[in-house]
Amino acid sequence: MEFKSNKIKLLIQKSILVLVGFLTLNSVKASSSEGEEGGFKAGEMIMHHIADAHEIHIIGDFAIYLPVILKTDDGFKMFSSSHFYHNEKHAEDTVNNTSVHYYEYDGFIMSHEHIYYAADNGGVIFDENGKIANRAVTLDLSLTKNVVGIFFTIFLMCLIFFTVAKGYKKRGIGAPKGIQSFMEPLILFIRDEVARPSIGKHADRFMPFLLTVFFFIWISNLLGLVPFLGGLNITGTLSITMVLAAFVFIIVSFRGNKHYWMHILWPPGVPAFVKLILVPIEIAGIFIKPLVLMVRLTANITAGHIIILSFVSLIFIFGQQSAGAGYGIGVGATLFMIFMNFIELLVAFLQAYVFTLLAAIYFGAAVEEPHH
Amino acid sequence: MLSVSFGTVIWTTIAFLVVVFVLGKFAWPSILKSIKEREDSIEHALKDAEKAKEQMRQLKEGNEKLMAETRQERDNLLKDAREVKENIIAEAKEKAIVEAEKVMAASREAIRNEKAAAIAEIKTQVAELSVLVAEKILKAELSSKDQQNAFVEEAMKNAKLN
Repeated sequence: MEFKSNKIKLLIQKSILVLVGFLTLNSVKASSSEGEEGGFKAGEMIMHHIADAHEIHIIGDFAIYLPVILKTDDGFKMFSSSHFYHNEKHAEDTVNNTSVHYYEYDGFIMSHEHIYYAADNGGVIFDENGKIANRAVTLDLSLTKNVVGIFFTIFLMCLIFFTVAKGYKKRGIGAPKGIQSFMEPLILFIRDEVARPSIGKHADRFMPFLLTVFFFIWISNLLGLVPFLGGLNITGTLSITMVLAAFVFIIVSFRGNKHYWMHILWPPGVPAFVKLILVPIEIAGIFIKPLVLMVRLTANITAGHIIILSFVSLIFIFGQQSAGAGYGIGVGATLFMIFMNFIELLVAFLQAYVFTLLAAIYFGAAVEEPHH
Repeated sequence: MLSVSFGTVIWTTIAFLVVVFVLGKFAWPSILKSIKEREDSIEHALKDAEKAKEQMRQLKEGNEKLMAETRQERDNLLKDAREVKENIIAEAKEKAIVEAEKVMAASREAIRNEKAAAIAEIKTQVAELSVLVAEKILKAELSSKDQQNAFVEEAMKNAKLN
């Protein structure tokens, strides 16, 4: 026990060191790229970092360029995003009097990671509000940073749980060992503290989904905290949490028994005029529940990333005034970042737990047997 | 980040479905089954232990009962033995007394008989001696004629008196 806790302590210490290093290095990159345009824009830097991208920026000038897959009018097109990133262009937005930078390749332009058809003579066109008016491509199926992040999460999950399953096959009912003994309490936690109390006797039917969702969110959240992975923000991306929430919605709707639907569409034991008010609310509730799941997860994870990035920005905002102020603030901000990283480790688990628990509660309501 | 990208939605759906089905087929069932089996076996073991404990308790109870019974029996045996011993001693004493009394009575009888015999003997001897003495005295007193006459006269006198 003593030995293990020491090992964990060491691991945490190492992670902190790496995290601090990551944050500092990332900030350097941020300052060098944004600094050229005169003045450090914290908001832009932060939004750029939490947004999805077609590259995985590792460190400095080193990035992994991901494949761009587009469904266009002439069928599917696929090329490396390096073509975009190595062909940066600037256009004058005459409405707002600002310079807009974009990337162009092979008749396509990319601005803020959105891909459009290039104008007939190349480049961008602006509408009367100064927004890009180019026609967007039909479908951008690119393997973006977060899509690759999902694949990595899935790869890790398969690796971990195949190993765990093998452990159970090998040791049978014997005591668990290695990663098996680390995962077993979590699996038991989901089964005994989340699924069974919320769902009751049908709990085991939902266990595969709940376990998958829990570990998917948790590992994704943790990947978002790992340095040198391009600042993944998987569970802070609405498109991804939307899919997770949609699965919950679909399962609830399909598994919902007569008792569940009756409660929504014709609540028993309620006067008719109250039903008029109640039924629309209940019907709205069917959709609001998964929507809330989606928003909560996205907002929590994104907020964490924004806070940490804000501390980074703080250093550069002060650093622009004087180097001394930058260093001074840097010490304090780094301490706060370390603190935030610990909070984020907790939040990573907590949000995965909350999502799983609420999904389980919704499943429980859907399969509840009438008891009166 | 906050705008929905349809491509990401498609990839996420595919990826998530794959992981749900792959883990749902190859990982979760065997993991959950093994955990369940282990829990069952632990429960069984606990139940068996409880049963064994109960049996042990019963066995111990039986043993104690047996011991108590044995102790009781031993006590009874000892008590019986003591009684028998006391009886034997008492009986022996009684017999001894009776026997002694018999012996005493017999000796007393013998003594009495001997005494009687001795007395009878003494009486005979005394009588003989008396006769002998009387004879001798008579012989001495009646050795002369005068004395014989005197005696006859005396005897006559006594006879007259009667």
